[in-house]
Amino acid sequence: MTHAITPRRGAEHSRILGVGGYRPHRVVPNEELLQYIDSSDEWIRTRSGIATRHWAGPEETVTEMSVAAAGKAIAQAGIRPEQIGCVVVSTVSHFKQTPAVATEIADRIGASPAAAFDISAACAGFGYALNLADGMVRNGSAEHVLIIGVERLSDLTDIHDRSTAFLFGDGAGAAVIGPSDTPGIGPVVWGSDGAQAGVITQTQAWDAFKGEAGVGGPSKEATYPALTMEGQTVFRWAVWEMAKVAQQALDAAGITADQLDVFVPHQANMRITDAMIKALKLPAGVPVARDIAETGNTSAASIPLAIERMLASGEAKSGDTALLIGFGAGLVYAAAVVVLP
Amino acid sequence: MAATKEEIVSGLAEIVNEVAGVPTEDVQLDKSFIDDLDVDSLSMVEVVVAAEERFDVKIPDDDVKNLKTVGDAVEYILSHQG
Repeated sequence: MTHAITPRRGAEHSRILGVGGYRPHRVVPNEELLQYIDSSDEWIRTRSGIATRHWAGPEETVTEMSVAAAGKAIAQAGIRPEQIGCVVVSTVSHFKQTPAVATEIADRIGASPAAAFDISAACAGFGYALNLADGMVRNGSAEHVLIIGVERLSDLTDIHDRSTAFLFGDGAGAAVIGPSDTPGIGPVVWGSDGAQAGVITQTQAWDAFKGEAGVGGPSKEATYPALTMEGQTVFRWAVWEMAKVAQQALDAAGITADQLDVFVPHQANMRITDAMIKALKLPAGVPVARDIAETGNTSAASIPLAIERMLASGEAKSGDTALLIGFGAGLVYAAAVVVLP
Repeated sequence: MAATKEEIVSGLAEIVNEVAGVPTEDVQLDKSFIDDLDVDSLSMVEVVVAAEERFDVKIPDDDVKNLKTVGDAVEYILSHQG
């Protein structure tokens, strides 16, 4: 016999209640990289808009950076850690895949027994996690969700590759998503294109290191993997295909470009940002995140880090309507209109 | 209607001017995009996308690297335009 199951109900709406970031102490200027690559400060700035990036030290682990960023986000949200029902961590550079780093982070911040898991969605990771969190808050799976984008991309950077050595940085960005009386997160437009999986990828899989005699045996000769990408193909996709996705996110939210207060694209490359602004026909007065100049490309961490910087500098303020878009290895993408905390 | 060679050259000159700020009169058939016109690899993609739109032609990334000079691009567009 079928009995009526009591469904769970969540909040009518959700929004971002707080954001926080962590930037590693060590600042690496372009000049420092010139000992490894045949390049120049001017060449790097012209091609990428990057002047410096932060590279994490041994103590600045994925966990430690995440805990620091999460603490700020929780403080801004004004909630207690035990109100967090789920922790979602997006990363491609945490090298111990089991257990998920999210569980340790949840414990460290005092959110246990919150559900906790990691996702792999590269530079779209913040948007993917935002979509999950929005759903959880509105279906009652969690009252509050902590989402974190965290990377130590310096560990996956070939410092001798002149096309990527200058690109990547380390850091963590966190946000608390919770209930709201009014809509604070528009429909997340997300997707993937696995036919282009090879255009941004690590050079080889970890099992290239598996021992000849099987697991646990002495390692085979293998070159440690690094991130590699086909620059022109990525550029074309990231600008013109992603401009369409950004427009879809605006349309889905019922917001026009001239109603936007802020534009926060994934900090992939300043040239991508500039070309996307043109392709999107973004009104000239809209402030645009340009955190990449000091922070480099931090993949999943870049959007919350950029939001934190814009709120701190006054370029953006609480209540602003912002368009976010992340895109990267997969290929994957996610865009949404949100209200800033 | 397909564009003539002269129309393609002048159209490309306008595009290169718009993307890279190069004076239109400098955009000549024998000029190298990278060495003479200072159009770097990413600007080249912008040029290509604008040219695709203007001349109703598809230029895949694999073909873009063969377009060294303005003349290469003009010939490519002439033989591939829809």
